[in-house]
Amino acid sequence: MVQNIINVKNLSKSFDISSKKPGLKGTIQHFFRRQTKSLKVINDISFEIKEGEIVGFLGANGAGKTTILKMLCGLIYPSEGSILVSGYLPFRRKENFLKNITLIMGQKQQLIWDLPPIESFYLNASIYDLDKLEAKKRIKKLSEMLEIDEELFIPVRKLSLGQRMKSELLAALIHEPNILFLDEPTLGLDINAQRNLRKFLQKYNKETNATICLTSHYMKDITSLCKRVICVHKGEISYDGKLDLLLKKLSPVKEILIVCRSEEDAIKLENSGFTVKNKIKNEITIKIENNSITSSLKTILNNFDIEDLFINEPPIDEVIGQVLIKKDYDI
Amino acid sequence: MISNLINRKIFTLLKVQYSNMLEYRVEIALWAISGIIPFFMLNIWTNNNLNESLNISDTLLSRYFLCAFFVRQFSVVWVVFSFEEDSLMGKVSPYLIQPLNPFFRYFAQHLAEQITRFPFALIIAFFFFIFNPESIWIPNLGILLLSIVSTFLSFLIQFLIQSIVACLCFWTEKASSIERLLFIPTLFLSGLLAPVVSFPAYVKSWIYLTPFPYLIDFPANLLSGNETNISGGLIMQILWIFILFPLFKKIWSEGTKKYTAMGS
Repeated sequence: MVQNIINVKNLSKSFDISSKKPGLKGTIQHFFRRQTKSLKVINDISFEIKEGEIVGFLGANGAGKTTILKMLCGLIYPSEGSILVSGYLPFRRKENFLKNITLIMGQKQQLIWDLPPIESFYLNASIYDLDKLEAKKRIKKLSEMLEIDEELFIPVRKLSLGQRMKSELLAALIHEPNILFLDEPTLGLDINAQRNLRKFLQKYNKETNATICLTSHYMKDITSLCKRVICVHKGEISYDGKLDLLLKKLSPVKEILIVCRSEEDAIKLENSGFTVKNKIKNEITIKIENNSITSSLKTILNNFDIEDLFINEPPIDEVIGQVLIKKDYDI
Repeated sequence: MISNLINRKIFTLLKVQYSNMLEYRVEIALWAISGIIPFFMLNIWTNNNLNESLNISDTLLSRYFLCAFFVRQFSVVWVVFSFEEDSLMGKVSPYLIQPLNPFFRYFAQHLAEQITRFPFALIIAFFFFIFNPESIWIPNLGILLLSIVSTFLSFLIQFLIQSIVACLCFWTEKASSIERLLFIPTLFLSGLLAPVVSFPAYVKSWIYLTPFPYLIDFPANLLSGNETNISGGLIMQILWIFILFPLFKKIWSEGTKKYTAMGS
């Protein structure tokens, strides 16, 4: 039986935030009488993650996804509740715990800007107590997996964003951690670089059985990597479960693009009681519920002169977008 | 074994930081030149014959200020500014989850910078001797070694003081303003502007209880061959390190609980 590697119970986090009114008056007031209030950004959440799972954290900006990851890796201290990661209390930052995890933030870098990445790799290797031979072996293996070679010897400042991100990944994985916390790892990368990174993460997960917790605003990252998602809405978990179940629940309809032989047929079809998404000349897109798709198609084919027909799932971004603005999904 | 591992980490950090510093050799030369305050002070002292009241010859005084320049070159610390920036920009986050205290990085950065500025400091000393040939002297090996130790201890004290102030970033976000406040006693009481011996006796007795005279005055007097209490000075330096280190550890441990990982 696969064991839980992350246990979170009744976790909350509050930050003290000071606010300032605009203008000179507000500035002076702010100087003499600063008003701070406690803002609860994570509110009583609980979940478990099993070893080897890849879990996506979904939520709008400011929902609390990154704060959860920061608490899981021990970067910030929880206000209430308990977290156990790989048997450790993350915030104590015990050496054995730190050697087991890594955190990659898409918009932050740890590589030394003016030196080639290889220098940072050897530095990280020594920080994680790897000898030079072992470090060399791991750098070779990871650079092959990430398909980087000459870039290792070029100063970081001269690398493209994609090359830099790959180097960041290598630096963060040189100690072969069991748990990866990835915060927007594909941020700013082009489509090919995103795809390569996803392929690499899948391979890494398969080869090492590492647990991966991921936040991303690119739905492709989530759909191609995660079977399970945790949706966060205003610091609370609105859904925790399988991604395909969520999609089924949220998109009970299919979109069908029908190309009629004439515009008259398209107009007739538009007025025949189906839910129409749009109509352009003789092309019409209608929405049909999943459970009535066969009978509806039969009716359409029997009663209208159809030239062509395409069945589409609604765009995933639209579907997931609903999660980001709603509170509860009872599945 | 633990110390071996730490040494290996520090050694690698030092190597990497040294490579990094060599990317900035022009800047380091300029920083070295910017540390010539003691030479200005020497000029003020000798032109106004202020040394006569202290019974210090021109030669001994010029050696003192040259040594003060050297000690300053190898004990200057700016960790509060680096840490404040890294902390506010969230750059410190990746380092916090590595099994090495981030301050070791700054420590290695400072040491690497000192190694890089060494040749520039020698060049400045060379020019100093051309203009002040009467000041040329060769300290004996024992004194030279003790001066190196004392300068390193001075660096450690300053590094710890600034690291403690830097940790206040977790509460105030702008800890460098506190450092600027500390700069005033450092400037006046450390021996950078005037040897501590020039202060009135009752002031001196208080100054010697603070860490400031052990930052520049004591090592500079030691290296220049001026009369000084060697064992007393070294003991005070070590004592201050023993006071400051646990204080730093405590503030670090409390401060990281307050860390909000801003900017990341």
